Amino acid sequence: MKHENWNGFVAGEWQNEINVRNFIQLNYKEYLGDSSFLAEATERTNSLMKKLESLFALERQFGGVLDIDTATVSSLTSYSPGYIDKNNEIIVGLQTNRPLKRGVNPFGGMRMVKQACEAYGYKLGKKVEEEFRFRTTHNDGVFRAYTDEMRQARKCHVITGLPDAYGRGRIIGDYRRVALYGVDKLIEEKKKDKSKLAGGFFNTEAIRLDEELYRQIAFLGYLKEMAEMYGYDISEPAKNAKEAVQWTYFAYLAAIKEQNGAAMSLGRVSTFFDIYFERDLANGTLTEAEVQEIIDDFVMKLRCARHLRTPEYNELFGGDPMWITEAVGGMGEDGRTLVTKSSFRILNTLYTLGSSPEPNLTILWSNSLPENFKKFCAKVSADTDSIQYENDDVMRPIYGDDYAIACCVSAMKVGKQMQFFGARCNLAKLLLIAINGGYDTTSGIKIGPQMPVLDGEKLDFDEVMERYDVYIKWLSNLYVNTMNIIHYMHDKYAYEKIQMALHDTDVERFMAFGIAGLSVVADSLSAIKYANVAPVKNESGYIIDFVTTGDFPKYGNDDDRVDLIAKDMTHKVITELRKTPAYRKAIHTLSVLTITSNVMYGKNTGATPDGRKAFAPFAPGANPMHNREENGALASLNSVAKISYDDCRDGVSNTFSITPEALGRDEDERVSNLVSILDGYFAKKAHHINVNVLNRETLMKAYENPEAYPNLTIRVSGYAVNFNKLSREQQREVISRTFHEAM
Amino acid sequence: MKGYINSFQSLGALDGPGIRFVVFMQGCNLRCGCCHNPDTWDYSGGKEFSASEIVGKAKRYKEYFGKDGGITVSGGEPLLQAEFVYELFQLCKAEGINTCLDTSGSIMDDSVRKLLTVTDRVLLDIKYTNENDYQKHVGCSYTSVLEFLDFLNKNQIPVTLRQVIIPTLNDNEENIALLKALKESNTCIDKTELLPFKKICQVKYDKLKIEFPFSAIPEPKADTMDKLNNLINI
Repeated sequence: MKHENWNGFVAGEWQNEINVRNFIQLNYKEYLGDSSFLAEATERTNSLMKKLESLFALERQFGGVLDIDTATVSSLTSYSPGYIDKNNEIIVGLQTNRPLKRGVNPFGGMRMVKQACEAYGYKLGKKVEEEFRFRTTHNDGVFRAYTDEMRQARKCHVITGLPDAYGRGRIIGDYRRVALYGVDKLIEEKKKDKSKLAGGFFNTEAIRLDEELYRQIAFLGYLKEMAEMYGYDISEPAKNAKEAVQWTYFAYLAAIKEQNGAAMSLGRVSTFFDIYFERDLANGTLTEAEVQEIIDDFVMKLRCARHLRTPEYNELFGGDPMWITEAVGGMGEDGRTLVTKSSFRILNTLYTLGSSPEPNLTILWSNSLPENFKKFCAKVSADTDSIQYENDDVMRPIYGDDYAIACCVSAMKVGKQMQFFGARCNLAKLLLIAINGGYDTTSGIKIGPQMPVLDGEKLDFDEVMERYDVYIKWLSNLYVNTMNIIHYMHDKYAYEKIQMALHDTDVERFMAFGIAGLSVVADSLSAIKYANVAPVKNESGYIIDFVTTGDFPKYGNDDDRVDLIAKDMTHKVITELRKTPAYRKAIHTLSVLTITSNVMYGKNTGATPDGRKAFAPFAPGANPMHNREENGALASLNSVAKISYDDCRDGVSNTFSITPEALGRDEDERVSNLVSILDGYFAKKAHHINVNVLNRETLMKAYENPEAYPNLTIRVSGYAVNFNKLSREQQREVISRTFHEAM
Repeated sequence: MKGYINSFQSLGALDGPGIRFVVFMQGCNLRCGCCHNPDTWDYSGGKEFSASEIVGKAKRYKEYFGKDGGITVSGGEPLLQAEFVYELFQLCKAEGINTCLDTSGSIMDDSVRKLLTVTDRVLLDIKYTNENDYQKHVGCSYTSVLEFLDFLNKNQIPVTLRQVIIPTLNDNEENIALLKALKESNTCIDKTELLPFKKICQVKYDKLKIEFPFSAIPEPKADTMDKLNNLINI
């Protein structure tokens, strides 16, 4: 197939099949130079951004939500077109008819929508409630099927954060397909796939797929309608860079109008865009300043994306993040880097528009990345604390060179793989439940196999481990079955029509499980093994506290005696999870990622043998517990690097804070030292790191005087937040974290 | 042979080129008023380690060293355990790990000379540029330090000349002029670093219940540091 809008592109397989990777590989131009070519923000960009800043300020003043349209159910075409400043926008499209106005999306669950409206002084429209009275939401479906034990596990918080009341998210449509092929071609291909089903055996799977394809095709049609409302015909391929960005954005916009999933990631678009930019720059229709302007405008739109959440949700996650993750950089399978000028340009938005948590810019780091790009990333980190790094050298061999990151750390091939998101279980609480023979002391709920409370003056390591294994086995089975129900119901009642339309029909699925409290468990087991841990019982005979005497190795000091306990724990959990088959033949994966919920997990967990007090926060993700590191930053990094990516294919998150003074004496030193740290950490096969270069004092000042620091951005666990949007408790926890300092 | 070690810092970004694994030796012959590691003074403190144990630790950080980084032995005064540090550095060289010695340069004997044959760089901490201040605020002779520097120069061992800038004592132009003169007459010095006096170590003194001799002296202002840095780099 040929199309005049493809003129100037190198021909290949991509013209005869949906194959964006092939198009990129044949057409992109790697860039090895430095950042000196970058353009600054134009006057237009500055004035539009100013407008946006004042809207953000207003939104903060209104308590976090500027406005809600309570009368309209969010979907692709349900709102009239919205603009920030119609005459000055280059890329158009908003989720509703006004910037920062939130829509309601009850498909995932009605209760959460009603609560959220009420919390901000609104009432869900009568019509919407009427409409949904005779509809089943995802949430309704799940609770019809949940067993008593599943409800209890949820209630006592041993499994939490399950996507059973709103959209599951973590699915990345290949939004680039719309730009490269136009919608008509995508519809035609989906129709072919549907017709292939005819004549085969119509079992449950085939019937479900047949209906799903019908819905995908319908929504591709709505996508076209949505663009038409904004005055664009996107049935054909984009003919220039501006259109390529606009088409891609429309596809993403359709996804966030349709779905309110927790994490709505973008994928890997910058190098794809670069091909179009290069073509326009070469034929003289764009200048560098105009290219940056298009990217800036696109990123401004992403920074406007919002979903309506309850205040409890916002408190848990520190504001209302969307995890609009864009994967930048990485290497190609042929050894060329995938870094292009547009990789620099998208990072440059942190300067042209100021630092910001969204989009969640994620560097795919490889030791082979061009030195100039490494240095630029390190500089951006030191200046803005807004980007994160993931190891391309461990992911590329598994996912190839056209994968992206969903949410924080979940890798998947764009348009070819998706995941069933599954939050996490609380391993530290599970340890306490095991010791107490199936009783959770914080909630007073009996759960799991019932056994006597462990006896004796001192906890015996082998005895504890034997007991713990029984409960890990029990929980793993319960966890998989709970997830099977959730995702069956999500497919049934809140299926992602537009996102799945932008996947291959034959898609590979992951089921992503998670654990919280890894460092608490590792240190607790180490204490039981190497020190003396005496249990303290309450009057009912349950263990509620521990007296730990003597020293024990602590995770975070590069000490194998305890680090391997953490590593073995992840191996044990994933091995147990795999024993229960997952819905739709999904592949089981595991993450060590808590986001900011480490505070909440701690709140729901009693005292632990490592000396952590009852209800005190956990460390985030796979981080060592705060201030237990005695040998400096690299020892801490080495401990985390031992957690195997083979066991934790859904990611191992580490958040690292260092003061500028400890990183070097001047900017050049800081940049080159940060590059060395990243090179070293990833050479150790570690998976992920958030980098903050800042002083505790800055955070303390922002804590005391939030208004003076409206844009202070910090990396937390897998994403970045506005420090001000964290709860007071989370702010205190972030301040108490280990800052690697110079003495 | 065993060394007496105060502590390890796996991420040293300030003591020598690149990323360094820093070993703080226990025991010091001097009592500098500005010292920020009073916990390293006492000879009897510290934990025993063999050289090969320490190399084993350093090797775990090799991936982070890049082309510039390596090991730095600081203290305390490493020259007091010169034989041990020699053994350590020899093992490091065999592993391809760059070696850096952070010292006051106040001791010179055969074992120190031997140690310097396996030292890639010396961070020479020149406290002051006159005999009087050395006697008063350090507790050794300036001449011995100059002799040490002379040996480094004759053997062309690369040196980073470092000085802590302490208001009222050495934050003046005469001192900087003397430092410059040292730099000009000793071609082994390829880098100078002026470090602002910091009082963050007060907590260490309080914990040890030792009086911090310079507790009344303020930290230097940023513009003083800028001015002096400009002067030395002209």
